[in-house]
Amino acid sequence: MKKFFAQTYLWFLLAMLYAPIIIIAVFSFTEAKVLGNWTGFSTKLYTSLFAGGVRHSLLDAIENTFTIALIAAAVSTLLGSIAAIGIHNMHGRKRQAITFLNNIPMLNPDIITGISLFLLFVSIGITQGYATVVLAHIAFCTPYVVLSVMPRLQQMNPNIYEAALDLGATPFQALRKIIIPEIRPGMISGFILAFTLSIDDFAVTIFTIGNQGLETLSTYIYADARKGGLTPELRPLSTIIFATVLLLLIIINIRARRSARKLENKI
Amino acid sequence: MRKLVNIFGKRSSWALPYALFLAIFVALPLLLIVVYAFSDNDGGFSLQNFVKFVTQPEAVNTFIYSIGIALVTTFLCILLGYPAAYILSNKELNRSQITVILFILPMWINILVRTLATVALFDFIHLPLGEGALIFGMVYNFLPFMIYPIYNTLQKMDHSLIEAAEDLGAKPSTVFWKVTIPLSMPGVMSGVMMVFMPTISTFAIAELLTMNNIKLFGTTIQENINNGMWNYGAALSLIMLVIIGISSLFSDGDGQNVENEGGLI
Repeated sequence: MKKFFAQTYLWFLLAMLYAPIIIIAVFSFTEAKVLGNWTGFSTKLYTSLFAGGVRHSLLDAIENTFTIALIAAAVSTLLGSIAAIGIHNMHGRKRQAITFLNNIPMLNPDIITGISLFLLFVSIGITQGYATVVLAHIAFCTPYVVLSVMPRLQQMNPNIYEAALDLGATPFQALRKIIIPEIRPGMISGFILAFTLSIDDFAVTIFTIGNQGLETLSTYIYADARKGGLTPELRPLSTIIFATVLLLLIIINIRARRSARKLENKI
Repeated sequence: MRKLVNIFGKRSSWALPYALFLAIFVALPLLLIVVYAFSDNDGGFSLQNFVKFVTQPEAVNTFIYSIGIALVTTFLCILLGYPAAYILSNKELNRSQITVILFILPMWINILVRTLATVALFDFIHLPLGEGALIFGMVYNFLPFMIYPIYNTLQKMDHSLIEAAEDLGAKPSTVFWKVTIPLSMPGVMSGVMMVFMPTISTFAIAELLTMNNIKLFGTTIQENINNGMWNYGAALSLIMLVIIGISSLFSDGDGQNVENEGGLI
């Protein structure tokens, strides 16, 4: 009985959380300009999003969102992993100082990060655009990479690295053969985290994107909503994004559980 | 050249590029907020921005209203989220891992897409956009951020403590209030931080959910920055930072729980 109530509550909450998304998905299969009018089943919105005579401006926004996220995540992973190795070998005040600075972007609200970077770019007189957005995203993504790599370094046996050096490996060989394989899972989860954070971001992007006509998905939706109506093609697009994320997460989780089980069997 | 090799041979100096990066893209920008906040349009030191804030009833009202909305949202998220996290972490009440994933999933969807969906829902059931939609949208957007940290602490909790309380004769309700709740407080606190902070600083969500009828403090800041009032905007940002700083004092806030956000992967 208790379990019945508990499950009912969970599914009630889930229904509340998913109702909006389901409505969007359902109404992506009708042509009506205004959401809520059902004018019969149609995949016209999907075709006009991808195959319209003119390339839909939404696709440009999506492309920008993805390339920015890829570059930002790649650079953050590189910068953050190297930094983590450095921080791991630091002590005392220096280490405290850099850890403190590293925590700031994670604790700061996005709007503050955005405004502070905006003030930086206007103060040194850089025209804002693609490059400034990428830089801003690197700035708020790297701390998360550092945080996901650090635990891996702490779990590592430091003697292995020393042994490699004693046996004649150069520091770079030791890095490639010893440290990187140990921290790779942390680097991968840091990369994924950075990538999703960058794709999700709105507040930092809007302050650093400038007014050269560059749009990401977030700023596109925002501009659209301010103009009044929402582009109907946003419905199929949100549906696709949602389905993709759902699929990816399910795959990741199934794989994670499988490898966890394998590990258990080994032990 | 040899000196260079020495520098990079010492692994602690590998953090140098990042330290430089942090100085330019984290420390300096924050410093600029303070500098802009305390200067007038000509760049001289001045308190006029803060005087302007205090003497403008509209700005102060927006400020208080935003704190109110953030408090209500946070409270509702605890109210709805705690039971959910409790059920999810309880093996007798919920076995399926899928429900856990379903609760966390919305965190990976762009916040504007989610808000858009809320607007669509309200349109669909013909409810007017306004304060109600605003609070629903905020709770809808941030509920997963409350559930996840609480779920995490409840899962890691030492269950022998609960068994000990039961063995010693405590009623289930006593166990819940005296053992489970206190032990899950760190999760609640980081949940509060993860909900309160973004709600107090949002700007686009409120505009979309109320058709521009209700202004939150974040919107005020953004409008000022957009209209070229950088100094006043910086001063308002600083005020927001102070509020957030004060509220984080109430939690154990050392930022450790922020990483939980990515814990799923």
